[in-house]
Amino acid sequence: MSDTQSPEPKGALAKFLAASPDSVGKTIFVAVAVCLVASMVVSAAAVSLRPVQEANRLKDRQVNVLQVAGVFEPGIDVTEAFAAFEPHVLELSTGEFVDDQFDPTTFDDTAAASDPELSVALDNDPAGIGRKSKYRVIYLLRDDTGGLDKVILPLHGYGLWSTLYGFIALENNGNDIFGLQFYQHGETPGLGAEVDNPRWKALWSGKKLRDDAGELQITVAKSQPAAGPDFYVDALAGATLTSVGVDNLVKFWMGDAGYGPFLANLQAGDF
Amino acid sequence: MSQTKKELLVDPLVDNNPITLQVLGICSALAVTSSLQVSMVMALAVIFVTSFSSFFISCLRNQIPGSIRIIVQMVIIASLVILVDQILKAYAFEISKTLSVFVGLIITNCIVMGRAEAFAMKNPPVASFIDGMGNGMGYGLILLLVGFIRELFGAGSLFGVTILETVNNGGWYVPNGMLLLPPSAFFIIGLIIWAFRTWKPSQVEDREYKIQQAEAH
Repeated sequence: MSDTQSPEPKGALAKFLAASPDSVGKTIFVAVAVCLVASMVVSAAAVSLRPVQEANRLKDRQVNVLQVAGVFEPGIDVTEAFAAFEPHVLELSTGEFVDDQFDPTTFDDTAAASDPELSVALDNDPAGIGRKSKYRVIYLLRDDTGGLDKVILPLHGYGLWSTLYGFIALENNGNDIFGLQFYQHGETPGLGAEVDNPRWKALWSGKKLRDDAGELQITVAKSQPAAGPDFYVDALAGATLTSVGVDNLVKFWMGDAGYGPFLANLQAGDF
Repeated sequence: MSQTKKELLVDPLVDNNPITLQVLGICSALAVTSSLQVSMVMALAVIFVTSFSSFFISCLRNQIPGSIRIIVQMVIIASLVILVDQILKAYAFEISKTLSVFVGLIITNCIVMGRAEAFAMKNPPVASFIDGMGNGMGYGLILLLVGFIRELFGAGSLFGVTILETVNNGGWYVPNGMLLLPPSAFFIIGLIIWAFRTWKPSQVEDREYKIQQAEAH
């Protein structure tokens, strides 16, 4: 194999290269050298590509906000269209904005969910999320006259294999659903991943969260519950556990532990 | 080496295919083939990783100590896989969202380690590079075949373009949901192996045992 190596190596480097690779010194040297080079390559790639990746992630989130609000069309300028949305940091327990404490354009509520200062562990945890951030970034969309048009609320919860992350868009009365959309999940393609199917997502449009008595009635189920068709979204065929997950997470986030206080404020006309 | 460079490249496609003959890399072939687009990106990622890992390992083959050779190979392979993962996240974000965990699992793909250990440790860099590329392509070929069957009959589309209008979308085709689940890839790969071995009977392995002929008393 090593025809090019001269029988008597000259110089320290040549001697070192020709030495048996199995000596202790060489073993350690090769291990350290390979690790150093590999770690430099990996960190260089990670650092140099991070800005592009962050931009992708941000744009993906913005596109999803636009989609759930029904204003997305292929080819539009996402940044410009997204500028119409007003971000706010919402304190879940009070249902009030706390924009003076946190900057809504940079606050990361996913990171906050694992920060003990900013989150609470859940005892009653139907959505399977473990901890809940006390604050969430929500978006308001106003109409031409400045009146509230829609609110876009982030929600997440566990399906069959994965946590589903998405947005729900509500009309300005805080009770009528305009749309629901997940932007990240790992459900089975063709079965649970049909949560992305436009025909299924269209089922959510026009449904109501609460009945006249103020009870949370919205349900994803196989057959229509007693509350009536306004509160019922047909479950996905062949994806029982994903459907149950979606049902749980919508009920959790729309309930008192989630956006309940905010929706009550909304209905009182505070925004 | 008696093999020419062309043989190194073409041989793993059918005659010595890593999936159908060596039955390696099955795990990821089951997982990622539910859609053709994902299969293709995965195939390209594996071709990249096997070619370059074989190349670099071959460059270092006279310096790698025998006692830690597997770890050194793993470090090189893992670095390349992370590189692929980072590039996908930056430039093919949509695909990386569906593929990300499987890209990471290329590290444990037996084909990559197998070529490093069996070929690159004993052969010069260029030949190793071509051998890695050939094996990656052999893997990719099967991935695309399986992905084609699974996406067409499981979801009624190819590369996300609807071919058979499914009932869910108001069409006529009732998709076979099982094809979208990993076990179906077992059946498809099994059928492909059967087809290959019928076409090329030399691939059929010898029996490990022979049924004893009954002797007349």
